[in-house]
Parts: sequence; C-alpha cells; structure tokens
Amino acid sequence: MTPHVGDTLPSLELPPLSRSTLALYAGGSGDHVPLHIDSAFAKQAGYPDVIMHGMLGCAYAARVLTGWAPQEAVRTISARFTAITYPEEQLTARGTVTEVGVDGVANRCRVMLDLFNQAGERKLTGFAIVDYPS
Amino acid sequence: MIDRAHIGRTWEPWEVEVEKGRLKLLAKAIGETRPIYTDEAAAKAAGYRSILGPPTLPYCLLTDSPIGQRYLTDIGIPTERMLLAEVEIACHDVICAGDRIRVTRRVADILVKKGGALELVVFECEFTNCADGALVATTRNLMAVKNVQ
Repeated sequence: MTPHVGDTLPSLELPPLSRSTLALYAGGSGDHVPLHIDSAFAKQAGYPDVIMHGMLGCAYAARVLTGWAPQEAVRTISARFTAITYPEEQLTARGTVTEVGVDGVANRCRVMLDLFNQAGERKLTGFAIVDYPS
Repeated sequence: MIDRAHIGRTWEPWEVEVEKGRLKLLAKAIGETRPIYTDEAAAKAAGYRSILGPPTLPYCLLTDSPIGQRYLTDIGIPTERMLLAEVEIACHDVICAGDRIRVTRRVADILVKKGGALELVVFECEFTNCADGALVATTRNLMAVKNVQ
C-alpha cells in the first residue's frame, strides 16, 4: 500500500542512554574518540561528561526507516545534528511522510526524521528518501 | 583558519573487510535485534549474502582508514574543537558481512561562517564493492570547527 503524506512511521523509544551503549558503539562503529567514552577526557575538553556519538543518533533515526520499510528501499538519509546528548537522556526517534511521488516516482517518499529527548529538546533533524515497496 | 587550498585534496584509498563480529557488535550497540542484522543463517534465508549492515555502516567504515584521524590534522583541523554537524548517506546497495569495500575520501569544500567564528569542512567519500567495482554508497559529512575570537 502506498504511503500518504502525514503518515507517521512507528517511532523508536529508547532507554536512558548508558555509558555501556557508548562503549559498545565505540567498538562496533570503530569511532574510538575518547570524548565519547572517557569522562575525564571529556571534562578536560570542556564538556560536563562524555557525549553521545552523533552517528549513534543517526543510526537510531535509520532504525525508524528500516523498521518501516525493507533496508533496500532506503535511498538516502540526511541528518543535521542540533544538540549534544549526554548519558541518562532518554531519546525518541520519529519519522513522518512529508511527500509521496518524489521525482515523479509513484512510491518514492520523503520522510522527515527527528530525534529528541524526554524534555523535547531536538537532537537531530533530517530527512530520508525511501522507495516504499509497492 | 583552515586553508581553502585543501579543497579537492584526496588521500590514498583503502580497503576494509566487513566482519561478521563487527556487524553483530554494531547491531547490539544500536539496539537492533532483528536476526538479519545478527545471524548469518537468518540473513541468508532472507536473501542476503550474509549478516546485513545497517544503512549508517558506510560512515563507520571511515574509521578503518589506515591513517586514522590524520586526514583532519593534515588540513589543519583542530580536532579538539571539531564536531560532526551534518551527514548525508546515499545507499546504492546493501553491504553485508564478508564484503570487501574500497573507500575514497576527498575534501569537497571549506567554508567560513560568522566572520570566522565557524569553519565548515565538507568531506565526500565513495564506497565500492571490491568484488565487482559497483558503487554501494556515498557519504558527505560536514565537520564544524568553532573558533574562539
């Protein structure tokens, strides 16, 4: 079934961000920058604590897409990072269909993506182009 | 200030083999529990070559560069004042465990904003599957450097 403008994708509600998750993401992604895993380093760099990898937020936004459509349907993902995320923040990722028939292709959708915390602070805003299976 | 003469700069391409264990760990880290992302038999049953990498995997493969973060210091980016500001990933094909991927990186642009308080460096990277030379993904990322004035 072709999506409609205004459709919301199943959102992704995450548990409070833990340091263990940051350590796992450092290992799995290969991004070993100490700012994300070593609080002493982060404090020395002027941050109150370790900060979440921006790309972990992007991975959460991408999970909203792959939870809705098969991964092969995802053509592009764009994200702009708007705020730093710290441990214990509780994130939710959302997607909304804002256009259907992009480039004149009937099933090509533009999906607005966002990621925000429990206080409503936006961490990431972006969009994806998805060829929803017809 | 970052010298705009670095626009167009490239580095030696590198190849990375996508390992099963890495994809399993990455899936665990991002909370992805579906078997196509963690179990080879399930991925094959679903029609994939092996365990499927998530759409953001190409960006992770950038960390496998043999020069590490030297590409940043090579062009004068102060890494302690740098943050990832934007990223775009174009997915042309999926990447699975066992794939060998060739990665290229170039400086696409260097921009100065807010009277020099903010500098932006745009990197563009291409990911091709070594098996057939097919382009599987491209990424464009924008690194922001805040300058104290």
